[in-house]
Amino acid sequence: MTHQAAPRDQAAPSNALQTGIVQLRDVTEAIKVRIRNPAKLRNLELFLLIVAWVIAGSAMVLVQLGALQTVDLFPLQLAAGLGVLTLALHVALRVVAREADAIILPVATALNGLGIAMIYRIDIADGVTGWDAASMRQIAWTGVALIIAIVAIIVVRNHRVLARFRYLAMAIAFLLLILPLMPGIGRTINGATVWIGIGPFSFQPGELAKIALAIFFAGYLMTARDSLSVVGRKVLGVRFPRLRDLGPILVVWAMCMLVLVFQRDLGTSVLYFGLFLVMIYVATGRRSWMVIGVGLVALGGVAAYLSLGYVQRRIDAWIHAFDQSVYEAQGGSFQIVQGVFGMGQGGLLGTGLGLGRPDITPYANSDYIIPSLGEELGLAGIFAILGLYLILVSRGIRIGFQGPDDFTKLLGVGLAFVIGLQVFIVVGGVTRLIPLTGLTTPFLAAGGSSLLANWLIVALLLRLSDSVRGRGIV
Amino acid sequence: MTDASREQSMRRPIRRVSTLLLIMFVGLFGSSTMIQAVQADALQADPRNTRTLYDSFAVERGSIVVDGVQVALSTPSNDEFEWQREYPMGPLYAHVTGYNSLGQGSRGIEDAMNEELTGTANSQFFDQVLATLTGESPAGSSVELTIDAQAQQAAADALGDRVGAVVALDPDTGDVLAMYSSPTYDPNPFASHSTAAVTEVYDRLLADPQDPLHNRTIEGDQFTPGSVFKVLMLSAALESGQFTLDSEFENPAELQLPQSTHVVRNASRETCGPGETVTLETAFILSCNIPFAQLAQQLGADAIAQQAAAFGYGQTLDIPLRVQASSYPSDLNEPNLMLTGFGQHDVRVTPMQIAMTTAAIANDGTMMQPNMVDRVLAPNLDVISEPEPTILGNPVSAEVAAQVRASMELGVQEGLATNAQIDGVTVGGKTGTAERGEGRSFNLWFTGYGELDDQSVAVAVVVVPDENIVGDTSNVIAAPIGRAVIEAVLNS
Repeated sequence: MTHQAAPRDQAAPSNALQTGIVQLRDVTEAIKVRIRNPAKLRNLELFLLIVAWVIAGSAMVLVQLGALQTVDLFPLQLAAGLGVLTLALHVALRVVAREADAIILPVATALNGLGIAMIYRIDIADGVTGWDAASMRQIAWTGVALIIAIVAIIVVRNHRVLARFRYLAMAIAFLLLILPLMPGIGRTINGATVWIGIGPFSFQPGELAKIALAIFFAGYLMTARDSLSVVGRKVLGVRFPRLRDLGPILVVWAMCMLVLVFQRDLGTSVLYFGLFLVMIYVATGRRSWMVIGVGLVALGGVAAYLSLGYVQRRIDAWIHAFDQSVYEAQGGSFQIVQGVFGMGQGGLLGTGLGLGRPDITPYANSDYIIPSLGEELGLAGIFAILGLYLILVSRGIRIGFQGPDDFTKLLGVGLAFVIGLQVFIVVGGVTRLIPLTGLTTPFLAAGGSSLLANWLIVALLLRLSDSVRGRGIV
Repeated sequence: MTDASREQSMRRPIRRVSTLLLIMFVGLFGSSTMIQAVQADALQADPRNTRTLYDSFAVERGSIVVDGVQVALSTPSNDEFEWQREYPMGPLYAHVTGYNSLGQGSRGIEDAMNEELTGTANSQFFDQVLATLTGESPAGSSVELTIDAQAQQAAADALGDRVGAVVALDPDTGDVLAMYSSPTYDPNPFASHSTAAVTEVYDRLLADPQDPLHNRTIEGDQFTPGSVFKVLMLSAALESGQFTLDSEFENPAELQLPQSTHVVRNASRETCGPGETVTLETAFILSCNIPFAQLAQQLGADAIAQQAAAFGYGQTLDIPLRVQASSYPSDLNEPNLMLTGFGQHDVRVTPMQIAMTTAAIANDGTMMQPNMVDRVLAPNLDVISEPEPTILGNPVSAEVAAQVRASMELGVQEGLATNAQIDGVTVGGKTGTAERGEGRSFNLWFTGYGELDDQSVAVAVVVVPDENIVGDTSNVIAAPIGRAVIEAVLNS
């Protein structure tokens, strides 16, 4: 008999030998459970969280020491705020998501803390304190974001119900996207109409839309993957989908083009489309979707370059950044070049926190926070930060590998990819790998909407990872 | 599809997506490495990189010190530049210290000794390494100058509002004891941390017709030496061996130059003393032009040019300020050669060159390299460098130098430089009144030296009056300025 080859999920044992195999399997499961001992997982998380607090706290103190040669309580208060808030999420996880991933929260905490440190550093350079200081607002937003994340993780005990609300998610995403175009509340900042303003508050709803979109895509693709996988004609060696299945991708593409044209926001447009493309590819395994997607991007890109002035200027500022005429032009490459100068000044090890001049570059605490960190922490610091992002993204991808069902897998990969792609678009833009587009750097950049959206992604990833029970090791 | 195969079917695309993400991050690692490691130096050298400029301001620049007093110093400022440069003596030392400005470059010692003042000189390499290790920002060295504060003040007071320049040298060491150029300017506005303010003051000074930014002692349009060139002519004559102080020259009241309608006259418009002939010594003391025109004719252009070169003409110097080369013209025809005999035609000199010539005469024919830097002191007061006196050359023999000195001393006692006399001090001197052409005022010169016990000083003074006023001779205007500076040095 070849009992060893019996399928894992075979029916209950019918003889002694089979019983033996089942017992063997139970032992293996038991070992796995021990490795994934929830208490150990949460303790590991707490340990890593403490490391993250130390990193963030030291960065905040060093910023003050470097820039002002003094130490007072303010940076410690910032660090304590971050500590209390993230500890609250940690405690919540101990209660409602005991088997959640142990690494995501500490990594996000470290990034959020480094961001606050650099935002505080720019505050010092700008001479602002109190509620004028972006670092104060950032810690407040961190509080709002973490409270919402905690509520989300407590309320959403089973994320699979989200699949049921996929069309609601779509509607919400669409609403969030068109909000900035509404007269009265829409605001145009630096040419991009991606903000809404209510009183003194301004908010980028597009940041939240990406989560709603990821939920919608995951829910929709979960049900549609079989029909989307059916192939039609074969052209040039690639099997293309049936024409009638092209509807959804064209709708998403059209939506992204609308964002590009009406909100003048290249980065968001690329982000949404990239998200959809990757998710449909993961759902169907058909490369033809990628070919179609890349073709649509190329089509949209060429059309945008030919017809939209701001896209042309972006491309120009990317390729000819150091040309004096481009450098001096309105909307030219001044910011790119200053950011690159800052990173160059930082060199391998950086000027030291608080000791550089990152504030020379416009938007040094938001769009340009990566060059600011590169100036003061050097290439070593940039590598460490990119490494943190890579870990964060890989934890999300891991859910995709080990998720118990299609929805979990698709949502995990989608959320991880959206973080990875956003980092690529922002960091690639400021380091001149690709044209610069305005997107926020997840967790680092000053701005409430971005923080809120990314902590919500963390909450979802934690919730998703909690469902990956006994299906692998840490 | 079963659950298991479904699971398998999604794994492959997810693996591909993670590979894509990895490639994207490798791209980011690569692009940041390009900027921060590969191109970093080139980016720092880009003239648009204001961070590099700010960094050069951010070090605690060393002081510039004259006689124990800081004439340029850095005090903490509460802005991004961290330090504010100050020049407490203002215009008095402007041409010495110069400035280090935001956007309009630097001048003077601030420029020439920038590496020492910012602590980036090679001699401070180990301090830099140490500072890097300890995390301290490196501070610059202070530079102590050879300038004599009293002599500098005396030069400024004596010259007053007039356009001109004064240089004083220690003949034994080459130490620059005074360097004053008028009109001067206040260097403090150049230390402003606003580029607009710096540009404003720079443009204003640049537009000033009297050109206050230009250090007349060592640079710029230079001056026609006139009769002070006769010190060099007398040296050349005696050094040639063909002439002595008693050599005689024809003594007409007018001399028409060969191949020319140009007539040379003595400054007195008369003959040089009563006789048919005049000795070289008398011609020098009374500063007659006709005998020196004849002397130039007889010596020939080559001999004069050779003597000029021996005194340093044609050579730029870094003391450490850049001294422009003075020049004796080449390819001279006979009338022009004769005009150079009394320092006219295309002879162009800096007051520094004239002072160096006199100093060599005063120092028995040995010419010392002029030098403004006494010591460079590290922040911990270690002496980083202390320039030794260097010999530039021996343009004349000790015997010739002694004869020229005797003639110069007679010139002060009974000749045309009597206003340089100081009781109890051996003073030798030579005045000069150089014509600059039709309708332009004269250059009024005095050069001389004073000796008291074992201390000596050589000076050169030039004054450019607004217009020529009868009786305003170099003995009236320039010689007293020289005397004041000599007195100041010998008193201190």
